[in-house]
Amino acid sequence: MSAQTRPDPYAPKGLARTLEATGAGLLAVLWISPLVFAFWAAFHPPEFTTRFALMAPLTLDNFTRAWGAAPFARYFLNTFILVTMIFACQAVLCTLAAYAFARFEFPGKSFAFALVLVQLMIMPDVLIVENYRTMGMLGAVDSLPGIALPYVASAFGVFLLRQTFLTVPRELDDAARVEGASAFQILMKIYVPLARPVYIAYGLVSISYHWNNFLWPLIVTNSVEARPLTVGLQIFSSGDQGVDWSIICAATLMTSAPLLIGFLLFQRQFVQSFMRAGIR
Amino acid sequence: MIRPASRALTAWLLLAPAMTFLFVFTHWPALASLMESFMSTARPRRPSRFVGMDNYQQALSDPVFWKSLTNNLWFALGTIPASIALALLMAIWVNDRLPGRTFARMAYFTPTILPMIAVANIWLFFFTPQYGLIEQIASALGLPSHNWLGSGDTALGAVIMVAIWKEAGFFMIFYLAALQAISPVLAEAANLEGASRWTYFRRVQFPLLMPTTLFVLINAVINAFRMVDHIIVMTRGGPDNATALLMFYIYQVGFNFWDTAYAAALTTILIVMLALIALLQYGWLERRVHYQ
Repeated sequence: MSAQTRPDPYAPKGLARTLEATGAGLLAVLWISPLVFAFWAAFHPPEFTTRFALMAPLTLDNFTRAWGAAPFARYFLNTFILVTMIFACQAVLCTLAAYAFARFEFPGKSFAFALVLVQLMIMPDVLIVENYRTMGMLGAVDSLPGIALPYVASAFGVFLLRQTFLTVPRELDDAARVEGASAFQILMKIYVPLARPVYIAYGLVSISYHWNNFLWPLIVTNSVEARPLTVGLQIFSSGDQGVDWSIICAATLMTSAPLLIGFLLFQRQFVQSFMRAGIR
Repeated sequence: MIRPASRALTAWLLLAPAMTFLFVFTHWPALASLMESFMSTARPRRPSRFVGMDNYQQALSDPVFWKSLTNNLWFALGTIPASIALALLMAIWVNDRLPGRTFARMAYFTPTILPMIAVANIWLFFFTPQYGLIEQIASALGLPSHNWLGSGDTALGAVIMVAIWKEAGFFMIFYLAALQAISPVLAEAANLEGASRWTYFRRVQFPLLMPTTLFVLINAVINAFRMVDHIIVMTRGGPDNATALLMFYIYQVGFNFWDTAYAAALTTILIVMLALIALLQYGWLERRVHYQ
């Protein structure tokens, strides 16, 4: 019998099993309840926001009103361009650097690697004051590149890809070199294809991180043309709308929808990607 | 055979783009914060000048700085143990083949992928006085009304709750991976020896999960000093700085009061604290590499 189907002697049985399942279920319901509530409020008229009547009429009105009250289409476009731009740059820069760290011996290698690792702890997120000054000097304030630039070289990506490249058998590398392939050709033909699942994992983590990122975009943008969804949502919900929770819930769901749908469709890949990215 | 010198050149060329960006947007701003922290903030007709330790002295005598630092420590103490314990419990429950485990895993993990800024809005509504969901439930049960985010006694607790809710499911997946990596032979052996489930957990599973716990712990500590999105949405540091965290205070000083030199000094203090945590992790990573 395989390890998978081998009975676990400590698997709960009888009453213990019932109790555990109940506990797990209750906690799950508690955990999902804010989202369930947001769905309720978003799909019902405002007078039912806190009146949970079974026969309350369903409506898409809140979504249309939210969509019309702020330039969400532009915010979606901005966020979409932003996360694509960041991940594309990260993939290129991190691949090149990871390859150097995984397969080259050169003076200053461990020092350079230590310099990269510094960013795992001191992330651009905490360097907002000085990075804002730099963006001012570069003329990148209030632009999508201004949001993206501090994140395009990611220590996390370098580390993750380096670990993956290290597992590629050296023999493949040597064989290709004997055939006369250049370092760049070897990288593109052997390492990158073999690391595909890691690119997917890194992509999911990077995209969800930057889709959700808020503080730096808030600081560095001040116009509709550059604002991503998170900043747009915050301005929308703290604005002069008056407090209409059903619209705010609709806007909240709208901004999270692409990630949420992606997660529900590809749950396993999402969980495994975050796991892979974290354990490295 | 390619000469080592040309290999080294290729390596540096491969590294150059990433290193340039890292230098400009990580190393330089960290250094610049340190240098800037010894200067005064430039004002109209008063250019920036060297002031030595003045900004640090200002921090020492700034009650809001101390308040945000202690808040941050309480925030860390409130979120870290609770979210790690919950994460472990969730992982054990999802790992046991209980009915509905797929739903449970989905429910626990969902907060991780939602934007903090979005979910903070939903929580803000829960905590709203009079009209909010918690108030309505409390009044239905005949409990006295309470302004959760508006009162200094409960505001920090409320934002801690949101942080726990957001993080526990993320940490769960690491425990889940680690639990699934434990050989079932160990459970069989422990069972033959007559160990109870609790003993098996305490003597076998928990020690084997130690590297995971350490990893999660370090992540949780960094997050505790980095998370500010929900503060900006829910309380803006209030009432009376009861929920001001260090990173939020830096944001306020730097971008509301525009006192960039003082913000640089505060950033330097935060970097030093993060660097101490980094040293801790570096020691641990080193050890971990040796097991492999």
